[in-house]
Amino acid sequence: MARSKRGIPEINAGSMADIAFLLLIFFLVTTTMDVDTGIQRKLPEMPDENAPPPENNQANKRNIFVVLVNAYDQLLVNEEPMDIEDLKRKTVEFVDNNGDGSCTYCQGSRRPNLSDNPDKAIVSLQNDRGTSYEMYIKVQNELAAAYNELRNRASNQKFGVNFDQLNDEQRKEIQTMYPQKISEAEPKNVGS
Amino acid sequence: MSKFKKKKSEGQPAISTASLPDIVFMLLFFFMVTTVMREVTLLVEISLPAATEVEKLKRKNLVSYIYVGSPTKQLQSTFGTEPRIQLNDTYATVDDIQEFIGQERDARSEEEAKALTNSIKADVDVKMGIITDVKQELRKAQSYKINYATRRDIASIR
Repeated sequence: MARSKRGIPEINAGSMADIAFLLLIFFLVTTTMDVDTGIQRKLPEMPDENAPPPENNQANKRNIFVVLVNAYDQLLVNEEPMDIEDLKRKTVEFVDNNGDGSCTYCQGSRRPNLSDNPDKAIVSLQNDRGTSYEMYIKVQNELAAAYNELRNRASNQKFGVNFDQLNDEQRKEIQTMYPQKISEAEPKNVGS
Repeated sequence: MSKFKKKKSEGQPAISTASLPDIVFMLLFFFMVTTVMREVTLLVEISLPAATEVEKLKRKNLVSYIYVGSPTKQLQSTFGTEPRIQLNDTYATVDDIQEFIGQERDARSEEEAKALTNSIKADVDVKMGIITDVKQELRKAQSYKINYATRRDIASIR
């Protein structure tokens, strides 16, 4: 009896805490808590080479909001130079214009030179090869901010909460109210 | 006198440390589960641009990363300072992107391959020319979902 008791001695667990601490500190140091964030976009499909060139006059000129960025990071919006600070406001004005009066939730000023309704409004973005990535992201960010502002407003009116707190179904509804139509022109080499 | 002394020693009993390993283990498991080891060593220097309208990237296993930037300081003597594309652990050219997307697709099931997102991690100083080339290649590879990696930053924009 005494022998068998001696055969299995008790393991000393006193240093367990030390070992666990060591491992803990290792994982504390190596861990990175950063979440990847970014601006989501969808690329258009490659145009069919055999297909005839698309007809440009389908969309009325007033429904296209042309944003050009040159190699010096300067903005040209609807043929007028513009500061990046004004881009969001101007985009909101353009999308929310409600030119043909079919949009019941818009608060635009119904100007004749801006879009008919949010469904028809297209933002066309074109950049030079020499444009800096920073500027490009800023422009994309401002355009996204404009749409988010409109969607938040619509969402607050309809559901009383911000757009990002909606469930999928409500989200879709708001998205059809203000569809985000940002088209990027086919790249071509423009002289800078 | 003795009565008084006894009371004092009873007032501060030693705190039991028997449950300390349990607490530490709990923390340890938490960090072991949440930790993500860096998969690639960056060969290019990247400081991400700032943006306010950012979305979180969901499902990290369905993201393929494309890094664009100048080579890091140690590598600049061999590779120069011209911006380069990095795929996995090596430098690549624009022509390698289609193959890379193919590999990323093959590594996943058919269902998951459809949900693949390409995250472009590019340096602020990179010119759009190279980014446009990357985007054109992604379109050719029929991988349309992209995400421009940015920092969430409000102060520097406004």
